[in-house]
Amino acid sequence: MSSEAARLRVKTWTCVPVVVLANAFGDYFLKRGMPASLQSPVEYIGALFRPWVALGVLLLIVWQLSRMALLSWADLSYVVPVTAVGYVCVALIGRVFLNERITAARWLGVVLIVAGVMLVGAGTDPQTTEASRAAESLQ
Amino acid sequence: MKWLTVAIMVAATTAGEVLQAYGMRRHGEIRDFRPGALGRAAAVLARNRFVIASFVSMAVSFFSLMKLLSITELSFAVPVSAVTYVLETILAKYVLKERVNRLRWAGAALVICGVALVSR
Repeated sequence: MSSEAARLRVKTWTCVPVVVLANAFGDYFLKRGMPASLQSPVEYIGALFRPWVALGVLLLIVWQLSRMALLSWADLSYVVPVTAVGYVCVALIGRVFLNERITAARWLGVVLIVAGVMLVGAGTDPQTTEASRAAESLQ
Repeated sequence: MKWLTVAIMVAATTAGEVLQAYGMRRHGEIRDFRPGALGRAAAVLARNRFVIASFVSMAVSFFSLMKLLSITELSFAVPVSAVTYVLETILAKYVLKERVNRLRWAGAALVICGVALVSR
């Protein structure tokens, strides 16, 4: 059981960065490519063909698919807090690429999120449900 | 109107993510990451009614976020969506029967406070 837990942990920590980075960079490219104003539905469709927007949408598709894969073995109550580290990535991307300022309150928020992610990520196993474990032992 | 949109968005997001988690758990662990195997998994998942329902919920959630962003600021819309973390953790415990121990509650609470601060 412990080697099984270790295997899931390695798999989880390979998948989490993909989920988090695809989400953060997807949002960033979407913001970078989006025109200042969109009026008609045709303009919304047209915006999808801008290169940065298309790249952002592609990354957001990767985000959803990798998140589904992660949820196929990891608990929701594990995935939700751990992937919140994406908020930190978005704040850092904003600072590095968009020259946004990070205020003291935001830094405090970043510290709290990282602390919460470490509590859940390092302190608990990705999978706790008996049902999924039982299903695996049958395979 | 503002709080009605918030209520719809929070309900749709929570329902969507819980349904997605439940649908994926019923499908079982994805072990083979080669493109062909992933394609076959996608074909199976496209017929999973919990996954389909989660896509519908997430579409509702996405459009209510767009609506909310048009009537409020981003610094209101993003922190308010952190409410879904509380609801999802509760539903994970009682609906998905996950073992949510004290560490997970504490971690979720820290993340919620952090999200509220980061998105000000």
